[in-house]
This record gives sequence, structure tokens and C-alpha cells, in this order.
Amino acid sequence: MSAAKAARQGEEIWKTKIDKVNAELVTLTYGTIVAQLCKDYESDYVEVNKQLDKMGYNIGLRLIEDYLAKSGTMRRCANFKETAEMIAKVGFKIFLNISPTISNWTTDSKQFSLIFDENPLADFVELPDDGRAQEELWFSNIFCGVLRGALEMVQMQVEAHFTSDVLRGQESTEMRVTLIRYIDDEMPVDDE
Amino acid sequence: MSYYFAIIGTQDNPLFEYEFGTAKQGGDGVARFPEQARHMNQFIVHSSLDIVEEAQWAQGQMYFKCIDRFYNNYVSCFMTGGNVKFLLLHAPSQPAIANTSRASTSIAANPTSPQTEEAIKQFFTEVYENWVKTIMSPFYHVNMEVKSPVFRSRVAAAGKKYL
Repeated sequence: MSAAKAARQGEEIWKTKIDKVNAELVTLTYGTIVAQLCKDYESDYVEVNKQLDKMGYNIGLRLIEDYLAKSGTMRRCANFKETAEMIAKVGFKIFLNISPTISNWTTDSKQFSLIFDENPLADFVELPDDGRAQEELWFSNIFCGVLRGALEMVQMQVEAHFTSDVLRGQESTEMRVTLIRYIDDEMPVDDE
Repeated sequence: MSYYFAIIGTQDNPLFEYEFGTAKQGGDGVARFPEQARHMNQFIVHSSLDIVEEAQWAQGQMYFKCIDRFYNNYVSCFMTGGNVKFLLLHAPSQPAIANTSRASTSIAANPTSPQTEEAIKQFFTEVYENWVKTIMSPFYHVNMEVKSPVFRSRVAAAGKKYL
């Protein structure tokens, strides 16, 4: 499916099938979760990142079903490039009404970046100025988990991590997604 | 004209302070408080809190205009819905008063003129907008000191723009 068509499809679904909530509700709820995690783990930001990723993973495992139902595309993506288009133009569009830009493909087409021009989770946010949060905390790390979980359910093992974040004073918010392998249907051991 | 801007929390605790000078009429934006009076600013501003609390229920406005005066120091107040007070101390520079040849309408010379009130109101309104954004940050707690450099630079920009 071409990028333009995917964008149209995302737009269409967003307009017709999605229940909307107030953006600030989402922003403040997510912000509170992160702040609470930071408190619970006593500002161990590496651990907070891990927890966010785990939460996202559990969301992703279920969210993919919702995504497939809403997008109505019961067809495999032909290649990883198409998968990327669908994630950016349809997935992010219907759940958050944003379309991150896809860029920086590696030549083997297994690795790309999502550049977030806007990020509804991070509105109003300023990282704590304890000298470490700016270096260690990936505020929107839940996205990585969501992608990992969702793609795992459709036979793709991926690795995702943020490489930069405007909250850290960097130029853009960028997530790197790497395809590790397509998961083959494996027979359970000792299955007759 | 020199300004001292302070934000006071609900427990009468200071949350933010910023000192600047006028940028209008060739001003360089640097505060020129006399050295022996500079440390008094905090006291003057805080001493007007009583008057603010008296006035706060009397009118339905957030902006109280100029509510207090201590010699050449004028204090204007703006109160947010959350009972946080924005206090602006403005001290006209001395030479402006000596200028009696014509009635000057500049902000610098007339601390209580309608033009000045309007300029300060716009300043407060802009700071208020940025204040709301700042305290919406999930890492901010009620009555915590505001250390955000972004907020500071926006206050500076508002001061430059209107005062």
C-alpha cells in the first residue's frame, strides 16, 4: 500500500470510527504515571524506562487487535517498509492523531526512524532538573513497548528505542525501530 | 524604570523572582535599583501581601492594578485562580520625575497612569498563560519553586515586550 493511500486510510478511520477524548486528559494521565514511577523507583530512571516499556508492551499485545479491527486490513504487509508506513500513517494516526515521519532507512530495509513532530504525551512536560533525568529518562518510552508488543503479535520481532527527545533539549524526537526477525510459526516441542 | 517581579505561593512562600529594567525608549532591560535599596524589594513586595488579601475578595477581578506604594516603589498585583499571587514592583527612575516640561505619557514616568496599568495587565496576562503551562508539567508540585529556565525566559520576553 502506498504512503499516500495509507495516510488517506488513517485519516478516514480517525474521522469515522474513533471515539475522541480530551487531549489534556491523556497528557496529564500519562504525565502522572511517569511522575509516579519516578517517585516509586526513587528516580532510578533506567528502571522507569524499563517499566514504561513493559507497560507499553502489554498495551501493544492487545492494541494490535483493536488496530486490525478498526483498520480492517486483514492482509500481511508485503515488506517491512509497508509495515513502517502503516505504523506511522494509520496506527499512530488512529490512536493519537499524529503521523510521525519515517526516515533514515538502512540499506537492508530493516531499520528506520520515526520522527515525532508533535507528541501528545509530552505537552507541558519539563523533565526534572536533577542533572540525571535529562540524560537518562526517556519520557515517552511507552511507545517503544507498544510497537514491540503489537508487532510481536503479527510475527515480527522488533527492537525499538528512542535516540533523541526534544524534552532533553535535542532538536527532534526520534525513535529507532529495528526488525530482528520474522517469527516463524513453530511447532510446540513433542507435538505429534 | 526598574522592575522586580515575584510569584508568591498559597503559603506566602516565594516561588519565583525576576528582576529587570525597561526595554522601552532605549532602555537596556537592566534593573537599576540603588544598591542600598535592592535587598529591600523582597520586603516591600511581601509587605503588600496583607493588602492583597484584603482586596482579593472585594472585587471579581484577577488584576488588582497598583495596590501598594512604598516611597518611590509601586506594587501591582495579579491573582490566579489557584490563589497564587503575581506581584510586580516598579520603581520609576528618578530623572523621569524631574522632567516637568510636559506631561509625559510614557510608562516609565507615570506608574499609575492608565497606559501603565494596561501595559502591566498585558504583562501579567502573558505570564499567567505561561504559568499555567508550567504548572501543568507532571513533575511540578503545588507550591514548589519554579526553576524552569523556559518559564524564566518567557517572563523575560513578556517584560521586554510590554514594559
